[in-house]
Amino acid sequence: MGGRASRAPGGATPPVPSPGGDTLEDEEKRVTHAAGAVPPAIELIGINKSFGPVHANRNVNLRVEKGVIHGIVGENGAGKSTLMSILYGFYEADSGEIRINGERVRIRSSREAIDCGIGMVFQHFMLVQTLSVLENVMLGAEGGALLARGASAIRRRLAELGAEYGLDVDPDAIAGELSVGLQQRVEILKALVRGAEILVLDEPTAVLTPAEADQLFQMLRVLKGQNKTIIFITHKLREIMSLTDRVSVMRRGEMVATFDTGLTSPPELADAMVGRKVILRIDKGPAHPGAVALEARDIVVRDDRGVVRVDRISFALREGEILGVAGVAGNGQSELLEALAGIRPLSGGEIMIHGRPLSAAERNPHDERLIGVGHVPEDRHRMGLVMPFEACESAMLGFQYEPTYGRGLFYDRKAIVKDADRKMDAFDVRPRDPLLKTANFSGGNQQKLVLAREIERNPRILLVGQPTRGVDIGAIEFIHKRIVAQRDAGKAVLLVSVELDEILALSDRIIVLCGGRLTGERRPDETDARDLGLLMAGVSERAA
Amino acid sequence: MEWFDAFIVVFASGMRLAIPLILACVAGLWSERSGVVDIGLEGKILVGAFASAAGAFFSGSAWVGLAVGVAATVLFSLIHGYASIDQRANQIVSGTAINMVADGLTALLGNAIWQQGGRTPQLPPEAQFRAIAWPFEPEIARIPILGPIYDRLISGNDIITYVAFLIVPLTWWALYRTRFGLRLRAVGENPAAVDTAGISVRALRYSAVVICGVLVGLAGVYLALAQTGYFQPHMSAGRGFIALAALVFAKWRPWPALATCLLFGFLDAVAIRMQGMELPVIGPVPVQAIEALPYVLTVVLLAGFIGKAIPPRASGIPYVKER
Repeated sequence: MGGRASRAPGGATPPVPSPGGDTLEDEEKRVTHAAGAVPPAIELIGINKSFGPVHANRNVNLRVEKGVIHGIVGENGAGKSTLMSILYGFYEADSGEIRINGERVRIRSSREAIDCGIGMVFQHFMLVQTLSVLENVMLGAEGGALLARGASAIRRRLAELGAEYGLDVDPDAIAGELSVGLQQRVEILKALVRGAEILVLDEPTAVLTPAEADQLFQMLRVLKGQNKTIIFITHKLREIMSLTDRVSVMRRGEMVATFDTGLTSPPELADAMVGRKVILRIDKGPAHPGAVALEARDIVVRDDRGVVRVDRISFALREGEILGVAGVAGNGQSELLEALAGIRPLSGGEIMIHGRPLSAAERNPHDERLIGVGHVPEDRHRMGLVMPFEACESAMLGFQYEPTYGRGLFYDRKAIVKDADRKMDAFDVRPRDPLLKTANFSGGNQQKLVLAREIERNPRILLVGQPTRGVDIGAIEFIHKRIVAQRDAGKAVLLVSVELDEILALSDRIIVLCGGRLTGERRPDETDARDLGLLMAGVSERAA
Repeated sequence: MEWFDAFIVVFASGMRLAIPLILACVAGLWSERSGVVDIGLEGKILVGAFASAAGAFFSGSAWVGLAVGVAATVLFSLIHGYASIDQRANQIVSGTAINMVADGLTALLGNAIWQQGGRTPQLPPEAQFRAIAWPFEPEIARIPILGPIYDRLISGNDIITYVAFLIVPLTWWALYRTRFGLRLRAVGENPAAVDTAGISVRALRYSAVVICGVLVGLAGVYLALAQTGYFQPHMSAGRGFIALAALVFAKWRPWPALATCLLFGFLDAVAIRMQGMELPVIGPVPVQAIEALPYVLTVVLLAGFIGKAIPPRASGIPYVKER
C-alpha cells in the first residue's frame, strides 16, 4: 500500500503512475484503433423491446468504439435505461443482436454480461449497506468457497486500482457509512475488479455534488486513457459537452442521431432530444413586487434526528415575485420548505402570512392550504403523489375534503374525474387519462399533475420545491412558463431548487443557504453561477 | 455447596429446555438472514416432532425417526419457500398458514393413527435418543465444583444437544468466513446487489430455507425423541415464537442467539423450579410472570430501550427484478 498516488487537489493532471511499458502499449493500441483495425467495443443492431403496449426500444442501433467515452442522452422515458438493462442482461431483447468486440453474444443474465467484460454503475447503487467495502467488492468474485484467500487478493487489487486510477477507498469501511461519491467509487471498483473493459454509468452525477462530479469525470478520463470504453448516460447536456467524445441521442425509444461531441452544440442536442426547438432561456418581463405575503422571522428547524438544519433565517416574500432559494442539496432548503408548508414543526421563530403570525395550531398542511399556501413538494414520489392511485385521485390529494368532490361519506366519482380531466387539460398532462395509475405517467407528467393540483386551487402563496427534478426538457419549459405566469398573476412564489440554472432563469431575487444559514442575497442580473457557487460553499460576501 | 448444586441443577435443566430454542432460533437466523421471514417455526417444530415420532414408532429406530422428521420439516420449509420466493406471497401469511396447518394436521393424523387423542404411545428406548455418559463420570463427579459441572452439564446429554451446541459456531463460521455466507448476508440486505453481481437470488434463498428446515426439524426431533419420548398435540407450546423472540433479541447474530436462548431456557427452568414455592412478601411465586419474561424482554428491546434491533433490510420482501 506504500507508493499510492495522491490525487491532485485541484485536479489538473490525472495520476497515471503505471509502469512505462503499459502506457506505451496502450498508446500503440490507440494508434491501431485510430487506424480502424479494432472492432467496436459494443455494437447493438436492431434492438427491439416492448413492455405490453409500450415499445421501449424501437429498432435501436448503437456503435461504441473502443477506448472512448460515449454519451447517451434523451428525455426521461426515452428508453436509455431499458437499452442498458438489455446490455446488462436484466432484460432480453425481443429481437436484435449484441456484438462485443465484433463477436456476437447473447446476454441473458448479469453473470453473462460480467463475463463479456461489461460493468454497470447503476443510478441507485447496488451496494449492501451493512457490509464493508471489501465484502461488497468481493460479492460474486470471491475467488473460492472460503473468503480468507480471496479477501487478501482483492485487498491487493484494490490497492493497485487505488494507485492506478486515484480510486482510494478504505476497504474496511462500512459501505452505508460512506459519502455518496465514495459509494459510487466502490461501484466503479466493483466493475474494475471483475475485469470490466466496458463501463456503463447510468445518470452518475444525479446524486453527486459538483466537486464529486468533477472527481468522477477525472476518474473516467483516466480510465479512458487505459483504453477502457465508457458509456455515460445523462440528460444534462453540459456534462455531455465537457466529458464525452461521441454522443448518441434517444427519443421515444429510438436512437435518432449520433454526433462527434466536438462537432455539435447543446441546442442541436436539445433539438434532437425533443424533436423541436426548445427555448432554454425564459422570456419574462420585469417583476412588480407588491405587499409582503410571507415572512420568516428567525426561524429554526430541526431534522428528524434533532439536528438544527435551518438556523435563525429571516426573509420576506412579496406578491408578484419569485424568490429563489439556492444551495447545495442538504443545506437546509428541504427542511425550510417543509417548515413553511407546515409539514415540519418550527423549533424557533415565527412565520407571518399576510402580516399575521401563523399560530402553532395553524401550522399544518391542511390549514395552510385553506389560508392560501400551495405547496409543490420536492419529492413527488414520497410526498406529492400516491403512485398506485389513479391520476384523478392523485389530483385531489390534500383537497379531498372539498365539497366539489362529494358530500358526507361518499365521493362523487364523476365530479372527481371531470375535475382531474380539466386540470390535466390545463397543464397538458399526457396521456390525458384520469383513470390511469399515477405510476404509469412519466416523471414530467407526474410533476405537471402535482403543479396542476396546487396551482389550479389558486393559492396566493406558492411554495415550489425542485419543480423540474427528473423532468424532461419539454416539460421543464412548460413548468417554468407556468411558474412565471403565477408570478405575473400577482402570486408570491418561493422556489427551492438545486439547479442553479433554474434559479438564475426564474428568480427575481435569490437567497443562498449554506449549512442552514443565510449566506447572501442577490438579484439575478447582478450575479452569476460562480458568485452563487461561492455563497453556496459558505465563502463569505464579495470583497466589494 | 448446596446452593451451587441447586444452581447447577437448574442450569442443566435450563440448558435442556434451551436446546429446541437454539435449534429453532438458528434455523430462523438462516432463513431471515437470506430475506425470508419465517414465522412458521412453531408449526415446523410440531411437524418435526410428529413426523419423527411416527417414523421412530413404526421403524423402532431413532435415526429413522430423525430422518423422517427432518424430511418433513424440509418439505414444509420448501412450501414456505415456494410461496415466498417464487410466488412472492406475503411471508407472514404463508408462515401463519403453516402454523395452523401443522397444528391441526399433526393432531388429526395422530388421532387417526393411534386413537389416543392425538398422542403417540411412549416410544421404546431404542427409538429415542438417550443420554450419552462420558468416560469416568462417577469418578470426576466427586471433584468439587468441576465434578457437578462435568456430571450434570457436559456429560449425560443426548446427541442432538451436542449437535445444537456445534451448530452455533458452525453457523457463525459459515456466515462470516465462507463465500456462501457472504452471499447470504448480502441477499438478505440487498438482493438487487446480489443479482447484479451475477448471483442467483433464488438459489441462495432456497438453500437458506432448506437449512432452516433441517435445523428446525432437529428442534422437533429433540422434543419428541430426546426430551419426552412421545408426540402429543401442541407440544411445541410456543417454543417457535420464543425462538423468534430470541432471534430479534440477538439481533440476528449466532453467538448472541445462543446466549439469548440459554437465558430464556434458564428463565423457564427457574419458573418450573419456583412453581408452588412461597416467597416472604409476595406470597406464591407468579410463575406466569417469569414465563412471560422472554416476550417482555423482546418488546422492551424492540421499543428501543436496549440498543436497537434492525432486521436484515430485505427480510420479508420478495425480490422483483425491476429497472
